Amino acid sequence: MENITIISKGKVTAIVGNLVEAVSDGPLIQNGICFFQQNGKEIMGEVIKTEGSKAFAQVFETTRGFKTGMDVNFSGSMLEVHLGPGMLTRNYDGLQNDLDKMKGVFLEPGARTYPLDEESVWQFTPLVKTGDPVSAGDWLGEVPEYHIHHKIMVPFKFEGDYDVSWIAKSGEYKLTDTIARLTDSAGQEKAVSMVQTWPVKMPIPGYREKLRPGKLFETGVRVIDTMNPILEGGTGFIPGPFGSGKTVLQHALAKQAAAEVVIIAACGERANEVVEIFTEFPHLDDPRTGRKLVERTVIIANTSNMPVAAREASVYTAMTIAEYYRSMGLRTLLLADSTSRWAQALREMSNRMEELPGPDAFPMDLSAIIASYYSRAGYALLNNGKSGSITFIGTVSPAGGNLLEPVTEATKKVARCFFALSQNRADSKRYPAIDPIDSYSKYLEYDEYITFAAREIGENWINKIDFVKNYLIRGQEVNEQINILGDDGVPVAYHEVFWKAELIDFAILQQDAFDAIDSNTPLKRQKYMLEKVIEVVETEFGFDDFNEVRDYFKKIINLFKQMNYSEFKSDKFEGYERQLQEMILEKTAVS
Amino acid sequence: MKARAFQKIYCRLTNITKATCTLEATNIGYEEMAYVQGRAAQVVKIAGNKVTLQVFEGTEGLRNDTDIIFTGRAPWLPLSDHMTGRFFDAFGHPIDGLPAVEGREFPIGGPSVNPVRRRQPSELIATGIAGIDLNNTLVSGQKIPFFTDPDQPYNQVLALIALRAKVDKIILGGMGLTRDDYLFFKHTFEQGYGQSKIVGFINTTDKSPVERLLIPDMALATAEYFAVEKNEKVLVLLTDMTQYANALSIVSNRMDQIPSKDSMPGSLYSDLAKIYEKAVQFPDGGNITILAVTTLSGGDITHAIPDNTGYITEGQLFLRRSPDVNKVIIDPFRSLSRLKQLVIGKVTRKDHPQVMNAAIRLYADAANSKTKLENGFELSDYDRRVLRFAEDYSRNILAIDVNLETHEMLDETWMLFSKYMTKDEVGIKQEFVDLHWKELQPA
Repeated sequence: MENITIISKGKVTAIVGNLVEAVSDGPLIQNGICFFQQNGKEIMGEVIKTEGSKAFAQVFETTRGFKTGMDVNFSGSMLEVHLGPGMLTRNYDGLQNDLDKMKGVFLEPGARTYPLDEESVWQFTPLVKTGDPVSAGDWLGEVPEYHIHHKIMVPFKFEGDYDVSWIAKSGEYKLTDTIARLTDSAGQEKAVSMVQTWPVKMPIPGYREKLRPGKLFETGVRVIDTMNPILEGGTGFIPGPFGSGKTVLQHALAKQAAAEVVIIAACGERANEVVEIFTEFPHLDDPRTGRKLVERTVIIANTSNMPVAAREASVYTAMTIAEYYRSMGLRTLLLADSTSRWAQALREMSNRMEELPGPDAFPMDLSAIIASYYSRAGYALLNNGKSGSITFIGTVSPAGGNLLEPVTEATKKVARCFFALSQNRADSKRYPAIDPIDSYSKYLEYDEYITFAAREIGENWINKIDFVKNYLIRGQEVNEQINILGDDGVPVAYHEVFWKAELIDFAILQQDAFDAIDSNTPLKRQKYMLEKVIEVVETEFGFDDFNEVRDYFKKIINLFKQMNYSEFKSDKFEGYERQLQEMILEKTAVS
Repeated sequence: MKARAFQKIYCRLTNITKATCTLEATNIGYEEMAYVQGRAAQVVKIAGNKVTLQVFEGTEGLRNDTDIIFTGRAPWLPLSDHMTGRFFDAFGHPIDGLPAVEGREFPIGGPSVNPVRRRQPSELIATGIAGIDLNNTLVSGQKIPFFTDPDQPYNQVLALIALRAKVDKIILGGMGLTRDDYLFFKHTFEQGYGQSKIVGFINTTDKSPVERLLIPDMALATAEYFAVEKNEKVLVLLTDMTQYANALSIVSNRMDQIPSKDSMPGSLYSDLAKIYEKAVQFPDGGNITILAVTTLSGGDITHAIPDNTGYITEGQLFLRRSPDVNKVIIDPFRSLSRLKQLVIGKVTRKDHPQVMNAAIRLYADAANSKTKLENGFELSDYDRRVLRFAEDYSRNILAIDVNLETHEMLDETWMLFSKYMTKDEVGIKQEFVDLHWKELQPA
């Protein structure tokens, strides 16, 4: 957009799909942005390979009508995003064009819109004074952006140490007004406004170090928070065949998670799913702040019918915006649906470049690309001692539902939480269909989390989860026995184990995403219910035959479900709880 | 599309393969249409002054000293209201023996809708078929395929739905249709008063498979014309998308691309998404709904074609024959309409979601009871009742040839509940039971 310098010019020499070859008359930058001049329009592309004076560019839009001999301008910058106050509530495409500002119903090739609002006025409060030493990422001041204190930072591109030579007074300023002047060690002075740019493929620096995550990142989803917790600054991924509930789960996370800012990258998925977010989020409340959900959300929409090359850009754009908010000391959640579509875009390009293919024709460096992307998430200790985090959850759409395909395997190596959606659970309507046995959270082994859980949730919390997980495995084993030997062929105690495992499944694992109360369970309530379930599981009942076990536990399960559907600790809730207590007493007293 | 005055004619092909030919030419646009020895072709690669064309009708019998004419633009189609009642081939030429249609020329395969301009689909499309209206409600702006083995009467079902659906236009995209099926569609619409609504783009099996690649774009450009220019409700039928995907793999194979799963091109997902995502609810009231057919091989949905389709479409409808009543039904277990939540119990009667779920639950119980029966176990009273329920449910409600309004389907289901079940066995909210339960003598 503005202030992009053109470092060389060239002519198009070849076109295949969205891969265009051009010869340049000057320097070229790997991953540099270039602009193809088509009938007065500028179509953007990215140089992905150079060979002598030849540049190979992936074009972010259709190449229909491209001709050899067409002019192309090579810029001196990589794909950059604009970072400043006013990004929340916005809907961007993969290149950070503001979709709402675009004219017409259809996306016209070459249309570009400014991602921020140049005319808007912000109430600025300085956080430094003249003479203060600062460096990249340090907070110079802040402006209110909905619920957050949006920090105006020393641009991340500023290398070395600076002194504040002038800082604006409290007051109203426009986005591009100078709010500070900084002097470097050589005495050179630079002006700083409220907006800065950053290349999306480079991680944003400007923090002291990344720490191992230790704090629980609450999502309100029991099978995650209780059973397979994700932590603030942690990473997780959700693989699952179509129809297994990936999207419903992602939307639940976007609505309920304990994040201050949520970035959603809709990468190569259905447009109507994004429309659902556009339609609902302005009306739904953030359960924690009571403000509208849309106010904490930024959407990057590159749906499946939008240009394939911009899919890759969309996930990087989303990550960079998340990093920017993390630098303000905020708890950020980044959701990417689906990383498989991004990998497929890489595959298409690698194929056109005639690179030697890796497994399933994906590029050889696929796992390295995925690994370095996931590593940009994390819990960062900022220069000023405060901390901010990016919790990243990506979905994977494995071909044919086979979890041994390259994208799932590469992701499994780097993501710490694995929320495997199972077709069987989805078929039997056990939602969320996260498989309790295949899924895992490595964070359960982190000393940081064990300490946190013991302090914040309860002593022996981790032991309780281990107990429940083991019980589920026993339940499955016993179920197999029953299926082989028949109801009569096993001891009654086997049926008891099976039904106790079913109780854990129905009361803890399953959750109704469409019920106002059940969909979002706060941690305190999760703890209460888990302990209640364990109490039942540890009770020794004396049953006479398997029919009795089934009938008894069906009633118990129903009471737990009714409790889940009722307001926590309400009269209704306590009524069901009393009935439960009576049922248990009755049974244990008799035996 | 004959040569115009001052148009440059090339007359030397340097290279001919099974599907493509190459020549030296300058100032040619990417994806431009051309005619090689009178056959339609499109630019698929430009390298320096070497231009490679994909010849839709095949390259058999091409001379290397033949005439090559470039049209100077990407594929287009003249569109007008006079297209209704007409059938065209993959290039938009009439195949019904009537003269060509004049109209405003629109490019095909045009740009995508800005996602923020889309509206959430909310209008129900009634088909009279319970497997759809009751269990997997279709919503305008939705895209959904039939997953079906080739032996099922999927084209008959498509035609039936199209004739019953309350839409303004029906656009049929036939890919790899047998000539018999084409004539079936043509006659069905002529007899069924669909003549004023139908526009067909047909690629029959006697034509080159590569031609098929143009069919969806032709059909959808026409759909966009009626939905955008006229704010009409358009239903697009695409049959058979498996044939389309197979044509994609032929082309990518001949262009030496590295195949991914099941010999399909690596871009299959994007190629299919580009088509299906044309389904949309426009802000000004027009909409495009896509009902497609994906034929399966032996019911395998993990094959790359149905698998990628499932990730793109908003659900799928499984067509199968119910052996108990010997009628074709839409499988209530494996079928899914992702958008039904937007209309059921809202546009339709409030008891709709609960009745739907209760009936399917009982149907599932019946499947278990049937297994018990087949394995020689003794049936309980409940087993026997639920089996009879399932039989009546298949015959009177689910069968494709039953045509009911949604409220009739609900009433009929309540009737069966009342006939075979007790109130607590259906597990429906008390207020609905009080309102709809039919007091009958237990059967």
